[in-house]
Amino acid sequence: MCTACEDLVDPKEIKLDEIIAKYQNEKGPLIPILQEAQEVYGYLPAHVLKHISKATRIPLSRIYGVVTFYAQFRLTPVGRNLINVCMGTACHVRGGAKVLETLEKELKIKDGATTEDGRFTLEIVACIGACGLAPVISINNEVHGRLLPEKIAGILAKYE
Amino acid sequence: MAENQKILVCAGTGCASSGALPIIDILKEEIKRQGLEETVTIVGTGCQGFCEKGPTIVIEPQHVLYTRVQGEDIAEIVASDVMKGERVERLLLLDTETQKPVTKMSDIRFFAKQHRIVLKNCGVIDPQRIQDYTARDGYKALEKVLKEMKPNEVIEEVKKSGLRGRGGAGFPTGLKWSFCQQTPSDKKYIICNADEGDPGAFMDRSVLEGDPHSVIEGMLIGAFAMGVDEGYVYCRAEYPLAIKHLSIAIKQAEEAGFLGDNILNSGFNFRLKVFAGAGAFVCGEETALMASIEGKRGMPRVRPPFPAVSGLWGKPTNINNVETWSNIPHIIRHGAEWYAQFGTEKSKGTKIFALTGKVNNTGLVEVPMGTTLREIIFDIGGGIQNGKAFKAVQIGGPSGGCLPENMLDLSVDYETLTNAGAMVGSGGLVIMDETTCMVDIARFFVNFSQKESCGKCTPCREGNKRMYDILDKITKGEGKIEDLDTLENLALTIKETSLCGLGQNAPNPVLATLKYFRHEFEAHILEHKCPAHVCSALLSYAIDADKCKKCGLCAKNCPANCIKGDKNTPYVINQDECIKCGTCLDKCKFGAVTRS
Repeated sequence: MCTACEDLVDPKEIKLDEIIAKYQNEKGPLIPILQEAQEVYGYLPAHVLKHISKATRIPLSRIYGVVTFYAQFRLTPVGRNLINVCMGTACHVRGGAKVLETLEKELKIKDGATTEDGRFTLEIVACIGACGLAPVISINNEVHGRLLPEKIAGILAKYE
Repeated sequence: MAENQKILVCAGTGCASSGALPIIDILKEEIKRQGLEETVTIVGTGCQGFCEKGPTIVIEPQHVLYTRVQGEDIAEIVASDVMKGERVERLLLLDTETQKPVTKMSDIRFFAKQHRIVLKNCGVIDPQRIQDYTARDGYKALEKVLKEMKPNEVIEEVKKSGLRGRGGAGFPTGLKWSFCQQTPSDKKYIICNADEGDPGAFMDRSVLEGDPHSVIEGMLIGAFAMGVDEGYVYCRAEYPLAIKHLSIAIKQAEEAGFLGDNILNSGFNFRLKVFAGAGAFVCGEETALMASIEGKRGMPRVRPPFPAVSGLWGKPTNINNVETWSNIPHIIRHGAEWYAQFGTEKSKGTKIFALTGKVNNTGLVEVPMGTTLREIIFDIGGGIQNGKAFKAVQIGGPSGGCLPENMLDLSVDYETLTNAGAMVGSGGLVIMDETTCMVDIARFFVNFSQKESCGKCTPCREGNKRMYDILDKITKGEGKIEDLDTLENLALTIKETSLCGLGQNAPNPVLATLKYFRHEFEAHILEHKCPAHVCSALLSYAIDADKCKKCGLCAKNCPANCIKGDKNTPYVINQDECIKCGTCLDKCKFGAVTRS
């Protein structure tokens, strides 16, 4: 078999087709497909949504409606490190807002934005369920608890 | 040295983030190094409940709890406790009253007053091994149901137990089951609601992480009773460890013949799938949750028809939450009478609460219904941190309310709390002290609800936004006294006219704070003061030049880098750049920083 052509096919697209095929006979496949596609691409680019629409015969408008409804889905790329700042009740009463302010100052970005060098994306989340250690943030799913504003710089330095 | 010792290391999300995972590896290595592999078993467990003191480890059978354990403590624990039976005193917990180290875990006040039914296995077994669950009578209740009971008898037993939905509303579980059972249909579904979106609640996560088989067994029993062959667990994506443990448990249950076709040769079939939510608080509402599984935007719809008649894909569906399902095997195994001995007349059994905020012992506690708030917060929770004064307890999350000190002797049950303007809800208890501003808390919850509103109905979508605007104005000192009436009117209108539970209950935090803490609102409006020193627009920090010793500690710790000075000039805060975090006030050893 000619292998040269294989190089021309985007390996991510092959993955995407595999995901769609996996859910072909499942009921209500849209959300799991979008979740797995986002795993592959890091976000959900327009061409991916169009591709999913075509393959599943779900109208693009409906897919867009779903993607923009749920907090998990993103239409823009994320930085190399994703910071989730918990703003749940327990974190709020234990000074979560100060942690957020410090992060915003330190990174010079607001909630939902990515630093210019693509190193960090900052996102507020409602609760990561580590309330016992409030205030907490998680960076790439690694939870840092019992935070103080002055600890932030040291933690950020660990992520390239 | 005792034979067959077990070292239980808490590997729940809380302790894992305090550094528990490396400890397991270090412990394994140390046990190997000492040649103890034959006699000592190391178990990575789910949440042991005492998050505040994590990482925690328990040595069995001696029943000793070590807290805040670090990697460098391991060698000492193994050499002293495991090998010689001598306690490592510095890692034991001090009793809050006597200040003496407590050697037996069950004597620790945090655990002594609890009664663990649902959490029985959490923190004790390895959740990734089905053998650990079956060794503690796991799947015995399923066996009993399949071999000895008829579906109607199961439902009667659950009815008799008095179990009510642990997700918040408290609807009698047995009755709910009977509705679904009685609807004729070729296909029915059951769902486990694990979309634990209430900030400050993490019991469902801990049960799924620490004892996933109990939820599966509960669902199997429910499926048999209602005549259902397919089920879903809808778990929020923010809980990756819960999803992982649950998926492992499902696979093991399938291999062991507890899930799938012809379960235990009874002819009963049941399949269970995990559906990961995608981050929407409103999906905790049952009709929104089902829309989400169907691949749609998670928007609630009008009931009736109730899910028991027309639910997932238009088929009769029964939804219960994690804690409710997890109670079922215990009720079947020990009987309804046994279960009904716990709790109050109308609220039976136990309830798990997530104790967080400004309390000494944060963590998960399971107590019989009817326990007072004071017992939970002061006896189990060990009182308020840093000797501060208690101000309020927020109960029931964004749908609940804040209760003041004079209500601490209320019994925790569905009716009492609802009458007081709060609700049991999912069981989050956030403790607030004198440094918490109640206006800010009201604003916080309304902000949460307005962000999470799905936008389908106007009162919730627009009303919460307007309430937020008014509260925001008040926290900035720009409020007017008539705003309080507007707030109240708006809140009652939203309550009455919203479509789903999210909207109907979103004004509760506002109404409760207005009722019990009106004086704080008035202080913000009339005196432009935040009595708790939280609302930053009403605060300013300054350094008293006469008291400043020019040590520079404030400037060194300032996260905004806005304090300037040197060895010869007193330090000064640049007010334009100050983020009012208060770090300088905490750090100054000479009392030179003032807040006004």
